[in-house]
Amino acid sequence: MTVPMTTKERLAIDRVRMPELAATIRSTNFEEVNRGLTREEAIREAQRCIQCKNRQCVAGCPVGVSIPEFIGRLAENDLPGAARILQHDNALPAVCGRVCPQETQCEAKCVRGIKGEAVAIGYLERFVADWAMENSAQLTTEPLPPATGKKVAVVGCGPAGLTAAGELARAGHGVVIFEALHDTGGVLRYGIPEFRLPKAIIDVEVDRLRAIGVAIECNVIIGKTLTLAQLRQDHDAVFIANGAGLPTMLNISGENLKGVYSANEYLTRVNLMGAGRLADASTPIIRGRNVAVIGGGNTAMDCVRTARRLGAERAMIIYRRSEAEMPARVEEIKHAKEEGVEFLMLTAPVAILSEGDGWAASLRCQRMELGEPDASGRRKPVPVEGSQYDIPADVIINAVGTGANPLLTATAPDLDVNKWGNIVAGESGLTNLEGVFAGGDIVRGGATVILAMGDGKQAAATISAFLA
Amino acid sequence: MFEVVSNDILAPSLHRMVVRAPRVAASRKPGQFVIVRSAPGEERIPLTIGDADKAAGTITLFIQAIGASTRTIVAIPAGGFLRDVAGPLGLPTHIEQWGRVACIGGGVGTAVLYPLAKALAEAGNEVTTIIGGRADAYIILKDELAAFSKEVLVTTEDGSMGRKGFVTAELADLMASPDTCPKAVFAIGPVPMMRAVAELTRPQSITTIVSLNPIMIDGTGMCGGCRVLVGGQPKFACVDGPEFDGHQVDFENLFDRLSTYRSHEAADCKLNRQVKP
Repeated sequence: MTVPMTTKERLAIDRVRMPELAATIRSTNFEEVNRGLTREEAIREAQRCIQCKNRQCVAGCPVGVSIPEFIGRLAENDLPGAARILQHDNALPAVCGRVCPQETQCEAKCVRGIKGEAVAIGYLERFVADWAMENSAQLTTEPLPPATGKKVAVVGCGPAGLTAAGELARAGHGVVIFEALHDTGGVLRYGIPEFRLPKAIIDVEVDRLRAIGVAIECNVIIGKTLTLAQLRQDHDAVFIANGAGLPTMLNISGENLKGVYSANEYLTRVNLMGAGRLADASTPIIRGRNVAVIGGGNTAMDCVRTARRLGAERAMIIYRRSEAEMPARVEEIKHAKEEGVEFLMLTAPVAILSEGDGWAASLRCQRMELGEPDASGRRKPVPVEGSQYDIPADVIINAVGTGANPLLTATAPDLDVNKWGNIVAGESGLTNLEGVFAGGDIVRGGATVILAMGDGKQAAATISAFLA
Repeated sequence: MFEVVSNDILAPSLHRMVVRAPRVAASRKPGQFVIVRSAPGEERIPLTIGDADKAAGTITLFIQAIGASTRTIVAIPAGGFLRDVAGPLGLPTHIEQWGRVACIGGGVGTAVLYPLAKALAEAGNEVTTIIGGRADAYIILKDELAAFSKEVLVTTEDGSMGRKGFVTAELADLMASPDTCPKAVFAIGPVPMMRAVAELTRPQSITTIVSLNPIMIDGTGMCGGCRVLVGGQPKFACVDGPEFDGHQVDFENLFDRLSTYRSHEAADCKLNRQVKP
């Protein structure tokens, strides 16, 4: 690139389209749907960035990635340069490039989006991160500061914990992550399906953290195997990021019938344990012919798209509001529809019925209509009288949300929690206990990967200041 | 990786395995369990901690090889390794001074009962232990239980050891006299046994604690697969249990849910029949 492009030339380029696996093929397997850009496509997309002085996109990113800077390097075909910037700012760029809701964050702030389409920041992040994984030999090892001699324990190996651990290790602290499950990644591994985030990506990102000195101990449940007090005693600081835990029950009759799953159980079986997905997996799953998924968030989309892949003829989203109120990402809804998922809107579950054999057979539903806006600002669904009807469903998945897991807090009586059991922590991650910090879903309730990562990054800065 | 220190057969397809897991050994209390995954690709299986040796850093597991996954676990010899052992999980047994208690174990449940009965005896309770099995070969830990029990009563279905019949016959005899009637009953074993014990003690409102072993994955409250109806409310056996008031447990639902994956192949066949014209 000898002559810099003019803004006019940049503005003339149309936004790239993400190549996707065809819906008819992908709805029968677990391969990643989004195939990623070619180098040429990525460079051309990067050239669309007009390198604004006022970096609104960065303000829209919960972890503050230097977006124009990494895109600038990419536009100049300097991939090692782009990768260094990205990996410095973001502990899990290959994850974020896949699962972040860029359309409501960085890309929502992109100046090019005002008249036309935003720069595809997410696609570019993914491209650079994937390139970095495949070409790690071309990247110089990250220089680490001298060890501070301080030890930090991180509870939970999900997005918040991994991000905090990376930041803390880069600050020279000794970091050990304690994970309750037998594998790393937390919700990235047990929650997000292979077709959105391949497990191999998580493995590489986690290995990169191990390479800078982060230790990870699986099978350790804080609150059971060790208590918070024990961790605090053995470490100079503790960061709690054990995630959202208990599934919220629907509290309708028939919820204990066979064939009724919480989203967590269904996804954990398939994602973490490989049920129905890997030939050598011992863990079973009920595949279901007619699968009804209750909820309208990304987790509901993950469940329903998984059900299609496990062979459901009819895979349905049951949601009590209308599509406009659905919290799921637009891309997830689009992908689900392409894969043949049915959307039953303004429909609320009333009961799960069986034919007397202990198995779920149908879902009794109630039609709803939208009334006045409620506390969330969305129009409140109200039942339409006399509108109940039954939908045949042999597998029913509850994806309405999760509450705080009490295992850690039950054995840490001094730690402040709110009435829902979430740990009380400010934006800086401070809790009421000295040296104890918290972030991610255990503080926020159910939120997104990137908000958890933002918490991890912020808390790491607070912890470093505390240890200084 | 968790080393298998020893693995011996106590009864047909019932193994006692001592596993090196120092953190679990240090923190476990009676009534708690671990989740074990023998190797990558294998299921996560909940197993009650039968005993522990803090100094040696070991825990004792009693494993009945009834399915593919438990058979894989018991096939690991001493010197081999379990890939994952996570715990201790669940709430510890609530131990108090009841006075006279009856501890009832059926099959592998006797192994689960052992640490609980021991803790009750150590807390000063007078423990009468009733253990049952199909035949004498299935009666386990009799001597170990006798070490702290006032009396160990044995029943077998075929009469090859002790009284012929079920544990409930011995319990009914104890309950018949005010001098022997227990203040509390702890019953651990197959669902029909626990249900029968709970029904027997219900009319006299004798506190009856049962330990449930539903299907589980994470064991930390995350998946809700282990939910049981207790007093009409859904409870998670992994975090709210595994011990519950036997008079409040919906045993029928528990029994049915335990059959989910045993009957799911049959269900698959049924579905396929429906699909085909």
